[in-house]
Amino acid sequence: MKVAGALAAALFGFCSLGAASAETIKIGVVLPYSGPMSDLGNQIDKAFDLYVKLHAKDLGDNKIELIKRDEGPPSGANARTVVTELITNDKVKLLTGFVFSPSAIAVAPLVTQVKMPMLIANAGTAWITNLSPYIARFSFSMWDPAYPMGTYAATKFNCKTAAAAFTDFPPGQDSTLAFKTAFEKAGGKVVDEVRLGPPGPVPDFTPFFQRVKDEHPDCFYVFVPSGSHAAGVMKTYGDLNMRKAGIRLIGPMDLIPDYELAHMSDAAIGLVVMASYSDDLDTPGNQAFVKAWHEAYGPNSYPDFMSAAGMDTMAGIFHVINTLHGNLDDGAKVIDALKGWKHEGVRGPIEIDPQTRDIIQPERAEEVIKKADGKLGIKVLETYPAVKDECKVLKLGRCGSGL
Amino acid sequence: MVNTIVSILFDGLAWSMFLFIVSIGLSVTMGLMGFVNLAHGAFAMAGGYLVLTATSTWGVPFLGALAITFVVVGAASVLFERALYARLYGAGELDQVLMTIGLTFMAIAAYTYFYGPLTHAIRIPDYLAGQINVGARSFPAYRVFLIVVGAALVAALWYGFDRTNIGAKIRASVDNRRMAQSVGIDVDLLFTITFAVGSGLAALGGGLAIQLLGLTPNFAIIYLVFFLLVVAVGGSGSIWGTLVGALVLGMSDTAGKYFFSDAGTFAIYAVAVLILLFKPTGLYGRE
Repeated sequence: MKVAGALAAALFGFCSLGAASAETIKIGVVLPYSGPMSDLGNQIDKAFDLYVKLHAKDLGDNKIELIKRDEGPPSGANARTVVTELITNDKVKLLTGFVFSPSAIAVAPLVTQVKMPMLIANAGTAWITNLSPYIARFSFSMWDPAYPMGTYAATKFNCKTAAAAFTDFPPGQDSTLAFKTAFEKAGGKVVDEVRLGPPGPVPDFTPFFQRVKDEHPDCFYVFVPSGSHAAGVMKTYGDLNMRKAGIRLIGPMDLIPDYELAHMSDAAIGLVVMASYSDDLDTPGNQAFVKAWHEAYGPNSYPDFMSAAGMDTMAGIFHVINTLHGNLDDGAKVIDALKGWKHEGVRGPIEIDPQTRDIIQPERAEEVIKKADGKLGIKVLETYPAVKDECKVLKLGRCGSGL
Repeated sequence: MVNTIVSILFDGLAWSMFLFIVSIGLSVTMGLMGFVNLAHGAFAMAGGYLVLTATSTWGVPFLGALAITFVVVGAASVLFERALYARLYGAGELDQVLMTIGLTFMAIAAYTYFYGPLTHAIRIPDYLAGQINVGARSFPAYRVFLIVVGAALVAALWYGFDRTNIGAKIRASVDNRRMAQSVGIDVDLLFTITFAVGSGLAALGGGLAIQLLGLTPNFAIIYLVFFLLVVAVGGSGSIWGTLVGALVLGMSDTAGKYFFSDAGTFAIYAVAVLILLFKPTGLYGRE
């Protein structure tokens, strides 16, 4: 038997090796496909599909299959269920997606338990990467845009006082803390922090904004989940004439999702956000990307920062598959292959920090302008290269605990 | 400080008027038949989508679209009332709640299928989009419009309820349905009429709300809590009760958000609980 076994192994060794590497690798994709926030999932879903379409040949003999499941509402209530299904029924080798932080937070203990690599394509609460050694993040920490925004507001806009308003869930709290930390470090003072209620339905922002208007801060930092909330913010800011009152609206890129910018009124002109990405970025990689996107999804579909992170996430997955020759069985090896990975993505040069498994990327102060063709667009005012998650650098709160 | 109070009163009034317009139908149908219509929010949502389609696809002016919506949804609601609701008038509250919440979920699914799950915005006419200057202050024109519409409806409903024959019959039926029936009032017909008007008003409110809150299929359920609160606090079956309930809740919601932003979204519930502790049937409800 032994001899026969050895003989068989010798004979079929090559074949079985070939078979192993030609196996279809299943990737679990968890994104919101239903409900009022499904536009967010859609932006990443399209990016995943586009990357696979453009780069399938880079995988050689390996094939991947994306198994898509609905992340559900922003509360994260559905994520654990679908991830359990993906792991036990669909036998996926890797998880990706995760738009909402509560979903990623809920799933983290599970991926640690089964040693399943989890590549986050959006969820931005800073300390998520501390929750499991099997998590790597390709999108951003809320601190990445918010911290430089605080510095920028105090030093470039000379804002002495600022008010902050945020949707009351972990990324909102995080974003506000980041802004406040940087702004006060640079000599400013945050005079008020306004909670805008939970992330589900879009509230009537007027009473909240009226309160801020009456406080007359120099700068007004707003965080809301990207998508339908953003238009409400711009509308209320315009309705209340806050610009005329001398209050400058600033925020992270979530305030002007590229696909919403086209529908926003001129009230948005002059708004400055800190962003890792915009359709209008003048880099060769981005121009090719935007062109490919329009070819695939039509002229009325626009990629945004979430799509950009989606492209880079899928690039990371392809990198891992090629580095490990299609064998993703060992979750620890997958994560090791990503540590220190450098890539020229659509956002510019990015890297996965080997210590924190979080993204290092450029951040840009972008001003909303009216372009020559009459549409709203952005102009880059300043670039901060290689921004790290400052929360983990400063080891603040839960950013300092864990791994 | 005066400025602050003015802005809270103004925003609160606009918000209260929206609550009133949508809730009045719910209150009257509940008072008249004791029917708990949880699908009321679905009629409001249907109105919102009709206004959206009328203005963006058919090119109807905004005000015209609001009028069309009131008529069309009001008329359509009669079909539902005759075909579905009428069967459950004698049934228990649980049966009524189950059927109407089921209708709501079906409406959400149907509108998601046709319009998608995303938020829709609406282009309102320029004369409603700007600001209106009053002395040193300026007010968003749309909210002024909302308050004017609300006030006009209060006046019209008051006249209809208090000064017309049919209004007297409705009041009589709310007070004592069996006695009203025994003196020859056709309560079923009255109910159909009030149901249609109430649903039409809900649809009108839905159309007015797009600019305020945006419109998704979930509109049918996420704001239903507010409408039910208004009816509970005001007391069912009463115009004044609904108006006062809407004002109390709308104002306290706005003031809560303004003054106590940390707990602001909770203020409306705290006020409702407090009022119901002392007046379990609502401010204008009968014991």
